Amino acid sequence: MRIAVEQLTKRFGTVWANNRLTIEFAAGQIHGVLGENGAGKSTLMKVLSGYLRPDEGRILFDGKPCQLRGPGDALAAGVGMVHQEPLDIPAFTVLENLLCAAPPGVFRSWRAAQRALEELADRLGFAVNPVARLDQLTIGQRQQVEIMRLLLCGAQVLILDEPTTGITAAQTRALFAALRQIAAEGRTVLFVSHKLEEVAELCHTVTVLRNGEVVPPGQLVMPQPQEYLLTLMFGDAGTAPPIYRPLPSSDSPPVWELRQVTVRSGTLHLLDLNHRFAAGRIIGLAGLDGSGQQVLLRLLAGRLTPDRGQVLVNGRDLSGASAIAFRQAGIEYLPADRLRDGLIGALSLTDHFALLQRTGVIVDRRTAEELARQAIAEYQIKATPLTPIAALSGGNQQRAMLALVPPTARGILAEQPTRGLDVASARAIWNRLQARRDAGCCIVFASPDLDEIMEYSDEVIVCFAGRIGPPIPRALLSAGRLAELIGGVGFEALVEAV
Amino acid sequence: MKRVAVLTQPLLALVAAFVLTTLALLSTGVSPLEAYRLVLFGAFSTPVRLSDMIMLAAPLLLCAVGLSITFTGGLYNLGVEGQMIVGAIAAMVPLRLWPDWPPLLLWLIAALSGAAGGALWALMIGILRRYAGVSEIFAGLGMNFLAGGLALYMVLGPWRRQSSASLSGTDLLPRELWLPTIDRLRLVPAAPVIALLALVIVWWALTQTRWGLEVRAVGLNPAASERLGIATTRRMAETLAACGALAGIAGMLQVVAVHHALIPNISSGIGLLGLLVALLARANPRWLLPITVAFAAFTVGSIQLPLTLGIDSAIAGVLQGALVLFALATRIRQ
Amino acid sequence: MVIVRYRYIGSNVQIAMEQLWIDMAAVLAAAAPLVIAAMGETLSERAGVINLSLDGTMLLAAMTGFAVAFTTQNLILGFAAAALVGALVAAVLGVFSLTLGQSQTAVGFVLALLCTDLSSFLGAPFVRLPGPAVPFMPIPGLADLPILGPILFRHDPVIYASFLLVPATAYLLYSTRLGLIVRALGERPAAVYARGIDVTRWRYAMLILGGALVGIAGAAFSLDLKQGWSYRHTFGSGWIVLAIVIFGGWRPLRVALGCYLFAALEIVATRSQSALPGIPTQMIQVAPFVFMILVLALVNLASSPTVARWIATLPSVWQRPLLVIVYRLRATAPAALGQPFERP
Repeated sequence: MRIAVEQLTKRFGTVWANNRLTIEFAAGQIHGVLGENGAGKSTLMKVLSGYLRPDEGRILFDGKPCQLRGPGDALAAGVGMVHQEPLDIPAFTVLENLLCAAPPGVFRSWRAAQRALEELADRLGFAVNPVARLDQLTIGQRQQVEIMRLLLCGAQVLILDEPTTGITAAQTRALFAALRQIAAEGRTVLFVSHKLEEVAELCHTVTVLRNGEVVPPGQLVMPQPQEYLLTLMFGDAGTAPPIYRPLPSSDSPPVWELRQVTVRSGTLHLLDLNHRFAAGRIIGLAGLDGSGQQVLLRLLAGRLTPDRGQVLVNGRDLSGASAIAFRQAGIEYLPADRLRDGLIGALSLTDHFALLQRTGVIVDRRTAEELARQAIAEYQIKATPLTPIAALSGGNQQRAMLALVPPTARGILAEQPTRGLDVASARAIWNRLQARRDAGCCIVFASPDLDEIMEYSDEVIVCFAGRIGPPIPRALLSAGRLAELIGGVGFEALVEAV
Repeated sequence: MKRVAVLTQPLLALVAAFVLTTLALLSTGVSPLEAYRLVLFGAFSTPVRLSDMIMLAAPLLLCAVGLSITFTGGLYNLGVEGQMIVGAIAAMVPLRLWPDWPPLLLWLIAALSGAAGGALWALMIGILRRYAGVSEIFAGLGMNFLAGGLALYMVLGPWRRQSSASLSGTDLLPRELWLPTIDRLRLVPAAPVIALLALVIVWWALTQTRWGLEVRAVGLNPAASERLGIATTRRMAETLAACGALAGIAGMLQVVAVHHALIPNISSGIGLLGLLVALLARANPRWLLPITVAFAAFTVGSIQLPLTLGIDSAIAGVLQGALVLFALATRIRQ
Repeated sequence: MVIVRYRYIGSNVQIAMEQLWIDMAAVLAAAAPLVIAAMGETLSERAGVINLSLDGTMLLAAMTGFAVAFTTQNLILGFAAAALVGALVAAVLGVFSLTLGQSQTAVGFVLALLCTDLSSFLGAPFVRLPGPAVPFMPIPGLADLPILGPILFRHDPVIYASFLLVPATAYLLYSTRLGLIVRALGERPAAVYARGIDVTRWRYAMLILGGALVGIAGAAFSLDLKQGWSYRHTFGSGWIVLAIVIFGGWRPLRVALGCYLFAALEIVATRSQSALPGIPTQMIQVAPFVFMILVLALVNLASSPTVARWIATLPSVWQRPLLVIVYRLRATAPAALGQPFERP
């Protein structure tokens, strides 16, 4: 099915997320949509899949205009979207998830559904266990299940939003093969990404979005030279090659030292960890979701007690101490979900600084407000000292969270420091983190974005299936090798070499 | 334009609540105007009723103030009734053990004992929540049942009347141990004074102190508060203890100033009514006192209804519940 | 002599056994209103909505059911009116929480108090009046079976209905496509929305259905179990049903077991009064409630990581059976229970 948009416009307040977009996606092809975070790709996809209604313009299916009142309408019209975290029901089995609220008449019985599922999986090259619970599967597997569900429910247009974040190299290959098969069968695939190499490998056409608009000359037939696409995406800024910094040696004790630590969390069991995290480093934890990075971060923050072994902070044994003791020793934890775990939405920046005060019965509002003002100036936070945090944009919230880290912090643990941020905010956050690193702090962060790991880490630790690898100086690593390592290829050799 | 919108919302709630109550009244064939005259203004019709209203408002205010602390900390302390009952029992202990001691000393000890009893009872809820994961709603309900049983046991057992065990309560306290009363009015000035003092102190603590700010943070977002270095579990426990203490003092007042004995129904539903008041006043704490007075007035006013108009006095509860219900609707989305 | 003694013991045993069957039947009968209400609440909570007003709804429905049945001398109308009241209160809860976005807990609690007071006020004229009662209807043939007869088949329609409701609810939830949607609503409403289902409308439907069942349960008190109407007629049963749903892990069969356990406790308590004359009646009446809360605590303990860690420290011969027990006791709430759903 052909799908097209004409003069599509969507505004959020004063921001034009989509500005008069006119694109046509032909049937039987894989169309790449390139652009940085904030370029408007997600909004376009949300409109096409029925989650948002456009302010102006129309959507056309096979030349006929269509009104979509919700995602149900979209699916009925034949458009299915696979989100980065698939919208499935984790507590259900694959089969239950397939049958739940399926369009009437599609599956005559449970048995028929299972047969159809297995047949499709065969055709696409996916391995599937109909009675497996979804919360026991990896993100890549859940993605495969979701794709099959949408196809079985009649999707003629498949939209994938950044599908290769958080899946192994092997799963990516399987995904691409399946997508080629799906396109060959006459369906339309929209592949949204910011990764040039993948778009180059997979897509028949590419459309670049920037600032909510289609970058002229519009839709291009692949192949296209990489530098040309980069210019379209970024203007002339491009990406500067990472600078190699020689790592400073230090005599001070490492910020963290793990001695034969064994820790358990859920189904993950990390054994015999012996690591030292020196001051003045940025260490990136790379790995698939649920491979152990989160467990390691929480262990270093004191939120997990090791079953065996010792955790030393600045030379002091803090094994089994509370998270508050870790905090007092200078360790700060920045969670991924800012509003849920990081900051208190209804309170202002002044209130947050007031909460950090440790002495005095009465709240010292004057000092707190002064500190807030300083933070706003220094971190360029778009807010007043009294604005509730919930009213700030994601980028400003992240800046606020960083501003609340005391200057005496020795270690910063960040779960996904730039999640959901636009390019400018992400760069600003990393500038601050690098400044902290230069001042002697040790920063350990996890990110599903391998580009981010490659660009900012001094050392990379690969996590795979609950095993933590040795630190690798970034200069010795390439993006391709990292992608293979997180999928387990060569991981054993890496661990044994130490 | 905006100012009108802000004003009409609470007004709408008021109107809706009265419509519902009027419908209920009409269904019994009674004149709503007559009923409202009694419910709304009956408490102010004679000095005795006025003092009854004040004597109800005092423990009610104490409970409402205590509950606003737990609400700020993010907890639904349904166990407030039990805390009042245990506070009453605890306050009774020194009074029965040492009736010959100077009254002033005894009252002080009784107040402290009542507060301690209520606080400890409330902490049980905290323990159940922290170590057994039981929601404070069910822990509170369970502890209420337990406290009720305990009061019954004391009234029918160790503290039973000398003549014969009676469900109407223990023997009355000796006259010297009654708090100073204005006799003809049944009014004990100490009660409202204590309640108002509690209101001022708690308001100051919640808005001006670091402790209050931390409690607010915990109520809004416990995970983030923990990350910012606040001892969330301890703050929640402290709010429970504070509420329990205030409810315990309310219980003590019920024993020493109102009933002058321990009766099985010593809490008289004041705790849960206080929960309604606190829910209503959540948006604007300035209204805590006026709402308490209003609700106390409704309850006292409705006492005459069975005799005068032949209808049940629970209509006051209907009005109170309806007011809170419709007021909830006018709030901003949670 | 020996033979006579055996026969004497034998007939005593037979009398004791017959008493046991009668007691068991009594438990099943006493638990019927609880089971009906609990099935309704299970459906509602599985769809993601907590109806904290249960106690008040049951009172109001009991009063209404009795009043209507008394006035019209028609039991069916009485039950219908009670079901309507239950559905109405649930609808009000729905409007305030699902549509207006207020906290389900707060609204539910206020409704509980409001409905309790409404029932006292409107029910005053009907206090202690003798009213119609559901007739005793033993099933011919089946009622004479040796053991199962007295236990299962010598009851009235309401109790039979409570028997059938349990497997019906389980079947609905686990073996139908409808059940899939209901469970998904409580686990991940966003996923259901993405499939074109109107989350709010379905939640309303489950909430109101649950409310209707709660209403029928209320009438089961005033027209069957505890005939008539009086102040606090259902004695806190609504609150205990809420606890039982949690204890039962939101699974119909386990929830029903919890109801029967509670009813058994109540009957044991009443029986032991004569054996323990020193303790006042009211205290014994209170004991089952306290016990249920303790059971709730136990169930929650089973799900806690502290216990898991403690079990890991025990010698392995103890670990397996304990882990099995802990796993069986585990009660996981529907992930989205009580959380408002915002259309993205």
